[in-house]
Amino acid sequence: MMKRRFEWLQEVQGDNQEEEQKEELHEENMKSLACLSVGMEVDAVADSGSEEEARRRSKNRRAKPQRRAKQVSDDEEDEEDEDEAPRKRGRKKKARPRDSDEDDEEDSRSVKSKGSKASRRKAAKEESDEESEEDRGKKKKGGRVVSKKEKEEQNQEKKGNGKGRGGKDKDGEKDKKKKNGRMSSSSGSESDEESMSEGEIAALKEQVEEKKKLIATLRNKPWRMKRRLVLLKEAQEFVEKFEGALGKGKGRRLYAFKVMMTKKLIKFKRDFENFKTACIPWERKIKEVESHFGSSVASYFIFLRWMYGLNLVLFGFMFGLVVLPEVLMGLPYGSIPRKTVPREEQPTAMDFSVLFDFGGYCKYSILFYGYYNNLRTIGLLQFRLPLSYLLVGVGIFGYSLMVVIRTMARNSNEGGDGAEEGEFTFSWKMFTSWDYLIGNPETADNKFASITTSFKESIVDEQENQKDENIHLRRFLRVLANVMILCCLGGSGYLIYFVVKRSQEFAEMKSEDLSWFEKNEVEFVMSLLGLVCPPLFETIAELEDYHPRIALKWQLGRIFALFLGNLYTFLFALFDEVTAKLESEKSIKNATEWALNEYYANYSSFFNTTDIPPPAVNPADVVRGPCWETGVGIEFVKLIVSDMQVTYLTILIGDFMRAVIVRFLNYCWCWDLEAGFPSYGEFDISGNVLGLVFNQGMIWMGAFYAPGLVGLNVLRLLCSMYYQCWAVMACNVPHERVFKASRSNNFYMGLLLLVLFLSLLPVVYTIMTLPPSFDCGPFSGQEKMYDVVMETIEQDLPSFIGNIFTYATNPGLIMPAVLLMVLAIYYLNAVSKGYQQANMDLKRKMQMARDEEKNRRNNKDSTNQVMKDLEDLLPNKSLIPPPTEEEPPPPDVVIEKGGKSPKMKPGAAGKGVNLQKDVSLAAPNPRGPVTRAPGPRGGLPGNARGPQPGPGRGRGRSDLRR
Amino acid sequence: MGTTASQLGKDLLSEYQELTFLTKQEILLAHKRFTELLTKDEKDLPNTRIPMERILTLPELKSNPFRKRICHVFSTSEQKDGSLTFEDFLDLLSAFSDSATLEIKSHYAFRIFDFDDDGTLDCGDLEKLVNCLTGETDDTRLTPEEMRQLISNILEESDIDKDGTVNLSEFQHVISRSPDFVSSFKIVL
Repeated sequence: MMKRRFEWLQEVQGDNQEEEQKEELHEENMKSLACLSVGMEVDAVADSGSEEEARRRSKNRRAKPQRRAKQVSDDEEDEEDEDEAPRKRGRKKKARPRDSDEDDEEDSRSVKSKGSKASRRKAAKEESDEESEEDRGKKKKGGRVVSKKEKEEQNQEKKGNGKGRGGKDKDGEKDKKKKNGRMSSSSGSESDEESMSEGEIAALKEQVEEKKKLIATLRNKPWRMKRRLVLLKEAQEFVEKFEGALGKGKGRRLYAFKVMMTKKLIKFKRDFENFKTACIPWERKIKEVESHFGSSVASYFIFLRWMYGLNLVLFGFMFGLVVLPEVLMGLPYGSIPRKTVPREEQPTAMDFSVLFDFGGYCKYSILFYGYYNNLRTIGLLQFRLPLSYLLVGVGIFGYSLMVVIRTMARNSNEGGDGAEEGEFTFSWKMFTSWDYLIGNPETADNKFASITTSFKESIVDEQENQKDENIHLRRFLRVLANVMILCCLGGSGYLIYFVVKRSQEFAEMKSEDLSWFEKNEVEFVMSLLGLVCPPLFETIAELEDYHPRIALKWQLGRIFALFLGNLYTFLFALFDEVTAKLESEKSIKNATEWALNEYYANYSSFFNTTDIPPPAVNPADVVRGPCWETGVGIEFVKLIVSDMQVTYLTILIGDFMRAVIVRFLNYCWCWDLEAGFPSYGEFDISGNVLGLVFNQGMIWMGAFYAPGLVGLNVLRLLCSMYYQCWAVMACNVPHERVFKASRSNNFYMGLLLLVLFLSLLPVVYTIMTLPPSFDCGPFSGQEKMYDVVMETIEQDLPSFIGNIFTYATNPGLIMPAVLLMVLAIYYLNAVSKGYQQANMDLKRKMQMARDEEKNRRNNKDSTNQVMKDLEDLLPNKSLIPPPTEEEPPPPDVVIEKGGKSPKMKPGAAGKGVNLQKDVSLAAPNPRGPVTRAPGPRGGLPGNARGPQPGPGRGRGRSDLRR
Repeated sequence: MGTTASQLGKDLLSEYQELTFLTKQEILLAHKRFTELLTKDEKDLPNTRIPMERILTLPELKSNPFRKRICHVFSTSEQKDGSLTFEDFLDLLSAFSDSATLEIKSHYAFRIFDFDDDGTLDCGDLEKLVNCLTGETDDTRLTPEEMRQLISNILEESDIDKDGTVNLSEFQHVISRSPDFVSSFKIVL
């Protein structure tokens, strides 16, 4: 095997040398022509240097296969290639027809899109790479292997050759320069080939990886589908063909297996992705709303969906870890007092009115805190229900907090750098103001109107920079509006306080004496306030005349304040009630204990035994305390339900009935109802979002006292989704001033986070300070609710953990820990400030670089004729030592500039002169600037600028060649 | 659904998934919508082009002021009549899809705004763009004076190299900082 290969190699080498000699001759003939063409090309093309070269290379490659068919040995040369000789010859012989072909194609394409030129160049480069790989692949298939040494020898020979020739050339430097560039650009492939024998597999692997990468990134290319399809197929074929060929012997099978598994994995991932998107509920519904109302209304529904997901998880926790164990393993209904309806309530316990108030059977059901038993472990699994109850109650907060913060962080990451506000106001208005999702003519008309208004407004702003009197009036109006809104808030706060006080008075009376209204006064007033105040605020906000997006935020903030005030007033009232209940409970507890002691004493004295059975009382007849936790839970549930009723009724009456009336009475009415006073309702984004947020806050607060609340909320959200989607599509009209949602999503999240925190406070407060009821709930019999945890640590965990816990809760440890955290926060804060500073600096630097670039360009513009002449006069521009990576300053750009300058506006030209002065101070050497833009926008400005360079250059080139 | 899947072919479907930002369901839906636009006898032919007029009857494009430009940009037709094949249609949906990158989106946005297809946004393009954005009716149109002011403002902001036009890189530079371009440059079937 080895021997044969060696023989073959020698043969090849012999051939090769012969061939080379022939070529030398051939080359001499060609040289003059070639030099000419190369030189011209350098002039014409230099600005797009490496790309152009890549293209040339690709042509060269294309020419190769045919030649190979003729002479086998030629291949070797091509492979190490990158020598002028084969390149030039190749281009001359074969590439010409193709070239013109390509040019044609290019021209036709460039008519359509000049802008995509850069990317096409890239494409060309990639194509060439691909072809070279293909070539190599074929060779490999042929089974020929060239040892590294010999290759190197050949290589060196060639290089020497090339240099010699280069010396002779008139444009020697230029060629070398180009070679340099080429070397660097193609060094990767060359090195691959040099290490073929040793690193063949590695190289092939690399190629395969490259192909895979190409496949993965193909969708990011703005090409035509056909083209991408072809590329994809080629790449896939290549990968298929050579993936199997990799690896030897044992490794081979393993490799094949690995490859197969990756393929399967990719397929699975894709399927899973598809499955995931298919699983997102209501996608179509939301899209439909989005297309009718723009993205702002849709953002509400997306938020609603997100909330639904969150609640589903919370429900999973609550149901799986608390409710289900109690139902399955706990004692059944009626077995103990806390699970039984008391005797005096039993006759009415099944009445609808009672159930509707969550009394009767509802009160003594799984829905509420009081139902749960305080047995330490239940069932076969020894499930510790009380512990689980506490942990789930706290865990719900933990999980929500985590999710909200994570979502917020992700949103703000997506936000990018935020950009300098106001730098591109006009351009943004121009380029990004159309919402492509709008698919409804009516909305589109509104959008046209709003865009026009915003254009006009900004023009007016720009023109006169606002009038002074205007601004005073506006300020006055804004202050006035704020004062009015504050009054509203104060009034509503007082109203709630008043009502709550009254309800406490009512609570002391007998419930039979009270009317329905008096019993539900608090809920009623709160719902009414929630209903009336937001529109009132909106009306007042008209005075302020903010941009709708800003107005929305103000509106949200105000309604938030209102709701918050209401909620906290409600909470304080509730706390008063709880303390009252606690007192009455204490007396009942004492009485019960006293009675029990009495009973025990009597029993023991009567029967003279210490073995006392518990008193035989029907669980329904046992005297029991008020169980304040259940009371609180009921309050919350009632609040949620009444809130739900009000919301749904508002939609039904305020939107649906209104729409029906407007629609059908319009034919027989004295004025135009649709355009005039009532018209159709708009979808109230801010109100709905806040409703949702506060609803969630109440869920968080109430979930601890009423585990069923989460389930109820899941149902509610589900209903809301369908109901509101229907309502919005059926009876609302798009906003008069359609505006985009932008990032208010994070604003909603911020509100949610605040509400979460605020609802965390009372719950944690009650858990930590208030004593649980003595005869209901999972914590009955404990001093404090968290004693369950202590108990578990002491009794069920090994003692050292208890010790650790004791140490950890020692103030001596907690204080340093807190101190450490504070220090950490301080440190992180300082670091972030440092980063901010660095960011600002970078931004400023970029700005400066941009300005400088601008100046330089202008400089060129104004003096380009002179510069051009100068360039032409200079004997040899190539004397300037070229940087290895960068191209020489392209004269081409200057020409192009010259062509453009007539187009320049007079104003810009004037500026240009000014700037030029600056530059002449800053950069005395006008040749200095490189036309490449610095940094991220690299490459593009030169290529994608004008219509002239592309076709013009192409034509020039082909002309010369002919 | 099953029939459309079989029509499209499994390999092709997976290739389309590879090449676009669309999921399988979206491609199938697109195919369904596309075949709905075909007439009876066109259905049998492979690679039929749908003329622009019929594409524009799609509700998603109907009220878009750039609808004709969109068709022209994505069309591969030789006659430049804006007719689309299914692949062109997929290209369109992919560029406008949720998960397309900013780069792709801005690239196509640039080509849509480049009304005369010369690779830069010059004053004429910008004027046409403004007219598109302000609608067809006369009362929403800007006066020539306002138009001139607006265009000069825009060039002031985004024409970095001061050549009187906005080129692709300048355009992308501006767009990439916009807070809501990606979220609004979307068309969903």
